[in-house]
Amino acid sequence: MAVTSTYRRAGPVQRFWSVIKDICSRPSGAIGLALVFSHVALALIGPFIVPYDYTTMNAAQMLSQPSAAHWLGTDHLGRDTLTRTLLGGREAILVTGIATPLAVLWGGLVGVFFGLVGGRVDDVLMRIVDAFLSLPWILKMLVLIVTFGTGIEVLIPTLAFFYGIPVIRIARAATHDVVARDFVQAARARGHGRFTIIWQELLPNVRDALLVEGAMRWSWMLLAFSSLSFLGFGVSPPTPDWGLMIADARGFMSFSPWGVIAPMIGLSSLIIGINLSADALAKALGIDRAQKAPV
Amino acid sequence: MTTPPKSNGPIIAVDGLSVGFRSRAGAWLPVLRDITLSVGAGESIGLVGESGSGKSTLALAMMGYLKTGLHVLGGRVDFSGIDMFAQDRQSLEKVRGGRLALIPQNSGQSLAPNLRVGAQIGEALRLHSALPEARHAARVLDLLTQVRLPDPASIARRYPHELSGGQQQRVAIAMALAGEPEALLLDEPTTGLDVTTQAHILELLRDLARETGMAMVYVSHDLGAIARVCDRVAVMYAGEVVLEGTAAQILRDPSHPYARGLLASIPKLSDVCLPRALDGRPPPPGGAGDGCAFVARCAIATERCMVERPDLSRIADGAKTRCHLPQQVRSIPLSGERNAQQRQLPAELSLSLGDLAISYARAGLFERLTGRDTAKVATVDGIDIELRQGETLGLVGESGSGKSTILKSIAGLLPPLHGQIALRGQDDLPPRVEDRSAKHLRDVQLIFQNPDESLNPRQTIAQILAQPLKLYFGLSGQALIARTTALLAQVRLGAHYLERLPSQLSGGEKQRVAVARAFAAQPELVLCDEITSALDVSVQAAVLELLDDLRRDNGTSYIFVSHDLAVVKALSDRVAVLYQGRLCEIGPTVDVYGPTAHPYTEVLLGAVLEPDPDFVPSLSASDVVEQSPPARGCPFQRRCPKRLGAICDQTAPPPKTFAAGHTIWCHRDDLAAPQLS
Amino acid sequence: MLSMLMRRSALGLITVWLVSIIIFIGVEILPGDACTAFLEREAQGLLLENCRRDLGLDRPAWMRYGEWAANALSGNLGVSPDGQRQISELVGYRLRNTLLLASGAILCGIPLALFLGIVAALWRDRPFDIIVSTTAIAAMTIPEFVSATLLILIFSVWLGWVPGIVLTSSNAPLAEFFPEVLLPIAVLTLVMTAHILRTVRSSVIETLASDYAQMALLKGVPYWQMVFRHVLPNALLPTINVVALTIAWLLGGVVVIETVFNYPGLGRMMIDSISDRDLPVTQAIALIIASVYVGVNLLADLLTMVANPRLRTAHLRGK
Repeated sequence: MAVTSTYRRAGPVQRFWSVIKDICSRPSGAIGLALVFSHVALALIGPFIVPYDYTTMNAAQMLSQPSAAHWLGTDHLGRDTLTRTLLGGREAILVTGIATPLAVLWGGLVGVFFGLVGGRVDDVLMRIVDAFLSLPWILKMLVLIVTFGTGIEVLIPTLAFFYGIPVIRIARAATHDVVARDFVQAARARGHGRFTIIWQELLPNVRDALLVEGAMRWSWMLLAFSSLSFLGFGVSPPTPDWGLMIADARGFMSFSPWGVIAPMIGLSSLIIGINLSADALAKALGIDRAQKAPV
Repeated sequence: MTTPPKSNGPIIAVDGLSVGFRSRAGAWLPVLRDITLSVGAGESIGLVGESGSGKSTLALAMMGYLKTGLHVLGGRVDFSGIDMFAQDRQSLEKVRGGRLALIPQNSGQSLAPNLRVGAQIGEALRLHSALPEARHAARVLDLLTQVRLPDPASIARRYPHELSGGQQQRVAIAMALAGEPEALLLDEPTTGLDVTTQAHILELLRDLARETGMAMVYVSHDLGAIARVCDRVAVMYAGEVVLEGTAAQILRDPSHPYARGLLASIPKLSDVCLPRALDGRPPPPGGAGDGCAFVARCAIATERCMVERPDLSRIADGAKTRCHLPQQVRSIPLSGERNAQQRQLPAELSLSLGDLAISYARAGLFERLTGRDTAKVATVDGIDIELRQGETLGLVGESGSGKSTILKSIAGLLPPLHGQIALRGQDDLPPRVEDRSAKHLRDVQLIFQNPDESLNPRQTIAQILAQPLKLYFGLSGQALIARTTALLAQVRLGAHYLERLPSQLSGGEKQRVAVARAFAAQPELVLCDEITSALDVSVQAAVLELLDDLRRDNGTSYIFVSHDLAVVKALSDRVAVLYQGRLCEIGPTVDVYGPTAHPYTEVLLGAVLEPDPDFVPSLSASDVVEQSPPARGCPFQRRCPKRLGAICDQTAPPPKTFAAGHTIWCHRDDLAAPQLS
Repeated sequence: MLSMLMRRSALGLITVWLVSIIIFIGVEILPGDACTAFLEREAQGLLLENCRRDLGLDRPAWMRYGEWAANALSGNLGVSPDGQRQISELVGYRLRNTLLLASGAILCGIPLALFLGIVAALWRDRPFDIIVSTTAIAAMTIPEFVSATLLILIFSVWLGWVPGIVLTSSNAPLAEFFPEVLLPIAVLTLVMTAHILRTVRSSVIETLASDYAQMALLKGVPYWQMVFRHVLPNALLPTINVVALTIAWLLGGVVVIETVFNYPGLGRMMIDSISDRDLPVTQAIALIIASVYVGVNLLADLLTMVANPRLRTAHLRGK
C-alpha cells in the first residue's frame, strides 16, 4: 500500500473546489456566486425570517408607502411587499433548479449519442431540432400549459423538455469536436467498446461545455418562468412570485413604485448572479478563448 | 567573417535587450535576457534554437514589436540608427514593411482571407513604394514573377485560401519585397512545407539576397535551412544567445555544449548512426537561476557553472560563446554512436499487405441525388508490402502521399476498398476495427503524430496507461499500478508522472507516454505516424533512441511514417517511397538511399538539406502540389524530370528488381546515381 | 456555390415542412377544437357533430393536415370560426404592426450594436468596454417585461415623456402608432443590441489577435486601416448569422413586450388565440413566425456565402 499512497488521485471533489476557488478569484465571479448563493439560501430559510405571513391582507393598509412597519410598503391587497419579495423566488428556484439539470441531462445525452452515431439519423434529428427551435418558446410552452395546467408538475417537465432541445445542439457540436480528435481514434483502434469510449473519452471532455451551457440554460429558464408568471400562465395566486407581483403592481406603479421595483431587483439580481457565475465558470474551465498567456 | 559588411556600421543593432512578461504572481519573467547582436548590411544571420528559446520574439523585437503581454525590461534595438522602441506609430509604420520587412511563420494565416493576393501586395506598394499608383498593377506581376510563381496574373486574382502552402509563402515573400527592404526578417519561413518546396523557397531566398543585397535575419529550428542561407549564426537557449559565429564555426565544430548537443541530435543523411539524444528540457522563463542556463543538461558542467552565469566572450576561433569551459567543450561528440541497423532479424513474417487500395472519397447526398459520377481514382492503390518480425519499415513521401492513410487502414480505422491485411503471414485481419478479435487488436498498436491530440487531456497518465492494461490483460489493483509504473520506467519517466495530466508534461514526455501506451499491449507491430515531427530535434533524437531500445528488447516490428528522409534512414531496415498513394520504390535502406533510385526518390533526396554550409541541394523537379493521382500511367508523370514520354502517361510502370528485395516501379532502364554530394 | 445554395434552401423548406407537422400535432393534442370553441357551452351532442361535419373536422388527421397545408401554401390560412372572417385579413394587420416594431428595433439596434461592439473590442478591458459589456449582460438576460416595466416607470410615469401603453386599434394607419410605439421599440432594441454587440465584440477581439492582423501591422499598415480593411470584414462575417438568430429569437420575446404595452401585434394575438383555443389562428401565427425564422436564417446563410470569398470560391478549392 505504500506505493498507492504516494500518488493520491486528484479526485472530482478536489477539482470541484479548485474550480470554485478559481471562480471566486475573479471579482465578477465572486459577486455572481455570492448572489446565487444568497438567493438559494433565502429560498431555503425565507419562511422563517420574513416579518409577515405572505397571505395576510389588510384593507386599511392598501398600497401604503414604505414605513417602519412595512419597509417596502404594501400591495393592492395590503400584503407586505418585503415579505412577498423575499419569498418571491422560491417557486422559480425550485422549478428551474429541478428542470435545468433535467434539461442538460436529456439534451446532453441525446446530443452526445447522435453526435457519435452521425449519418442519416443525425441529419433527420437535426432537422427536427431546427424545426422546434424555429417556433417561439412562448408558443410551445403555452400550448402545453393551456392543455395540462400550470402546476409545477407540468412546468418542470415542460421547461426541461423544451430547454433540453438547444442543449442537444451544443452537446452534438462538442461531441463532433472531440470525436475528431486522435485520442478517440486511439481508443477505437485499441478496440474499446462504444460505451467505454463515451464514458471515458468523450463525456469528461464534453462535460465542461455542458456545465457552462447548463448555467446559461438556468438563466433562460428563469426568464421563461417569470415571463409565464407575468403573463398569468405560471404560479397561481396567492403564492408570491416576482413575475406575478410585477404584473399585479404594474397598474399602481405611479403611486406605489416599490411594488414593482422590489420584485424587479429580486429577479434581476438572481439572473445577473447566474450569468456572472456562468462567465467565470467558463473562464475557470478554460472554455473561454480570450484568456491566453502571452508566451 | 566570410562576408564583411560593406557599409559603415550594422543595419540592425540589438544592445542588451531584455524582454519579459509579468506572471500571475506579479514577478517579471524574462523571455529574452540581455541580448546583444548586430546585423551588417547585406549580411544574413541565422537565429537557431528550440521552441521557447525566444528566437521569434527576438526577430519581432527587431521590428519594434512585442506580442501582447510582453514588455521591454532593458536595452534597445536600433534599425539603421533608429531606436525602434522609442518611435511613434507613424514612423514605425513607415519602416515596417518598407525598409524592414517580415516574412511570417505561417503565411496561410498571415494573409488576410478577405483580400485578393494582388490587392495585398498592392497595399504594400501603396504604403512603401515610390512608384506612381498607375504602375502598381504591373509591379505586382513583376514581384510575383520574381518569386517564381507561374502565371502571376492568375495568382494575383486569387484569394489566399486558393493557393498551396508553397505559393502562399512565395506571395508573402513578394509582399515583403514590395517595399524594397534593406533587411528582411524571416520567422521559420519554411516550417510545415514539404521538403522539395522548402528547398525551392530557400534557393529563392538565397538568390534574392544576392540580387538585392538586403540583409536577412533567418529564424529557424532547422540547422539545414540555416546552413543554406546564412553567413553567420547565433544559437539561442532559454532567452540568451549562447554562441555566435560564422556558419562554418557553428555548424562544423561549435564551441558551446548546447550547440554541440543540438548538432549531434540532428539526423543526417550522411550518418549511419542514430542521432544522439540531448536529455532534459530548457528552464522555463525566470527559471534559469544564477548559473549557466544550460547547466542542468550539460555533460561537462562544474561547480562554477552552477553559481556564475558565463558571459558571451570571444574565443580562439573567433566565435563568441557563453561558456566557462570553451576548452573542454570539444570533448562532447558531434554525432551519435549507435548503429540502428546492426540487428539480426528472424525470417518470420509480421505483416503482409496484399494489393491494398483505400479511398477517402465518399459520395455525398447531393452527388447521389444528382447522380454525378463519384467513381474517382483511389487515394491509395496497389500497395504490396511484407514486413518481417522485428523489422522496421520506413514509409516516406510528401504530404498527400497516402502514408498515414495506409497506417489508418492497417489499424482498422479506415476500411480499404479491397486488398488483404494479414498478420504473421496467414492471419487475415478484418477490415473494420470493430470486427477484430482481442488478439488482433492487441497485436497492432498505433501512435499518433501529435501527443496533444492523442492523449485525453482529462485523464491522468495513470488512467491513460491503465486503459490498454485493463482492456487486454484485465489488470487491476496492485498489479495494474506495478505495471503502469514499469511501463513509465521503460520510457524513462518516473512514477511521479502517474497522477499528472498531459498538459503538465512537455511535448517529448507526452510522446513517451503515447509510446508507453502502445507498448502496454505488448504488440507485434507498432504503427508510428510522424511521431517525431511535432517535437524539437533534441527530443526527437531521444524518442528515436527509445524506439530502438524497445524493438531490441521486445522484438517489435515498426512501420515508421515520416516526411523526413534523414529520420527514416536513421531508424529503418527497409524503406518504401510513396507518391500519390502508389509505391515508387521499396528496398533495404542502403539500397533506397543508394545510387540506383526512382526519379521521385532522387528528387526527394536531392531536396534534403544537411547542416553543412558547403552542402548544395540538387533540385531537379518543380514543387507543384498535386491534388489527386493521374487516372492512368505512372503517378509521378507530371513532375518527373526523367519522363520518357507517352508510355509514362499511358502505362503503369512495371516493378523492376535491382538488388535483393530492392524494387523500383519505373519505365526507365537507366536509373542513374542521384547527385548526393 | 450554386449547389450549396440549393442545399441550404432545400434544408430550409424541409424545416418549414417539419414545423407545420409539429404545429398540427401540437394543436391536435390541445383539448377541444374549432367547434367546441365556437359553440362554447352548447358544444355537445348533435350540434357538435353537425358543426364538425360542416367544418370537415370528422375526417382523419392526415386529410385535414393535407388540406390545411395546401391552403396555407396558397396563402389561405382559413376562416376564424367566430367572426366568419378570413384569418389572413385578421393576421395581416397584426403582422404589419409587429413588423413596425421589429423594423424599428432592427434599424436602431444593428448600427448601435456594431458601433458599441467594435468600440468595446478596440478598447478592450477599459472602462468603456466594462460598462458596455456589463450592461449588455444585464440587458440580454433580464426578462423583457422587467426592462419594459422599468422603462415605463422612468419615461412614462416619472418623466412623462412618452405614453406607457398603446391604445391604438390594430388596423389604424401606421402614423397613429407614434409616439406610443417608441417605448416598445426601445425595449426590443435594448435586448437585441445586447445580443449582437456581445458577438461583435468577441469576434473583433478574436480577429485582432489573428496572425493576419498582426502581419498587417508589421507590414506597416496604419492601425485604423488595419482595423477597417483587415479586421472588420473578417470579424463581421460570422455575426451575420447571429444577427439573423437574434431577429428570429426576438419574435418570441416580442410576445411579452406586446403584452406589457398592450400593443396590437402578432404576439398578443397569439396569446389570445391560445387562451381562447382559437386553433386556426394559432396555427396560422405559428406557421408565419416559423417561416420568418427559417427565412431570415436562410437569408443570413446566403449573405455570408456571398460575402465570404472562402465559400464563394468553394468550387475552385484545390485547383
